[in-house]
Amino acid sequence: MVTFQFVPYQEIEGLSSAKRINKLLKIVKENKIVLLQGRLKKEEEADLIEITMEEVTEKFKGVELSVIYPEKSREGDMLSKMKSGFMNTLLGDRQGFTVIGPASIIKKIEKNPNKIELFTQEKK
Amino acid sequence: MAFFTTFKRFFSRLFRSKDDLKLGLYGPPNGGKSTLANRICTDWLGEEMSSVSNVPHETREINIKENIIIKNKKGKQLSFNLVDTPGIATKIDYEDFIKKGINEPNAKKRAKEATKGVIESIKWLDQMDSVVVVLDATIDPYSQVNITIIGNLAARNIPVVIAANKVDLKKADLDRIKAAFPQYEVVGISARYGQNMEDFYNELFKLLK
Repeated sequence: MVTFQFVPYQEIEGLSSAKRINKLLKIVKENKIVLLQGRLKKEEEADLIEITMEEVTEKFKGVELSVIYPEKSREGDMLSKMKSGFMNTLLGDRQGFTVIGPASIIKKIEKNPNKIELFTQEKK
Repeated sequence: MAFFTTFKRFFSRLFRSKDDLKLGLYGPPNGGKSTLANRICTDWLGEEMSSVSNVPHETREINIKENIIIKNKKGKQLSFNLVDTPGIATKIDYEDFIKKGINEPNAKKRAKEATKGVIESIKWLDQMDSVVVVLDATIDPYSQVNITIIGNLAARNIPVVIAANKVDLKKADLDRIKAAFPQYEVVGISARYGQNMEDFYNELFKLLK
């Protein structure tokens, strides 16, 4: 059985970067797949990889990570781009969602702009 | 914090001697970073820099080759320090190394060193002046590791060129990489066979100008 845990953005928005990452990793280490509303900052994604690597053991082999983000309109007018940039700065980036799961459960996440496929590990 | 980092970077770049430029080779494991480092060093210094292998995470420590000088057809010179970094991954399983024929104690040791290597690579991001992201052109480029590496370089305002490596292989798909990262220069190369290296060096001149 695979368990997903939905994490609304408001649950992490007041946390520091370190606390955000620790909260998400704690869920993953309970063998659950996190479905986070929105996305982490770019630097936080790198920090997530760094902290994951610090915690890798023979049992915990790391994570699979994927950010599903709506394709930004290249044709959008300047005003709507500014509006969305302003809202992201003010409220955090709540668009799209982020999947983070234990590497022992998720084999790979394949995505192209139009679909996402999550492959699970075969039981040994 | 981000503003402070950008500010610090701006001033350190302003006062850094051109001979101190650091060119980083970044990417996922087995993309060919060390093969490219060896190609650059063989072409311009006449000696190799790093050991290479088909087993992922062969490079587990940062390797630096100082003062590489390359020249273009117009006689212009470019000098930089080349930094070959361990591949960045989100998971490391020692059992994968066993499957590649490494015995268990060495596989566990390799896995431990590989995790430290990933951490080092990420920590060194801030030290780089420019980066070549080395991707295996035969593999789907839409991986989160690739996106995170390139996104972090962009967030730090570090100039990037993408080397789509292994174009000598039939499965290589240069257009797929160009489509995945349309805002970046992508050069198709074969670091192993030295294919298209002249175009690659021309891109380095643009990157490090």
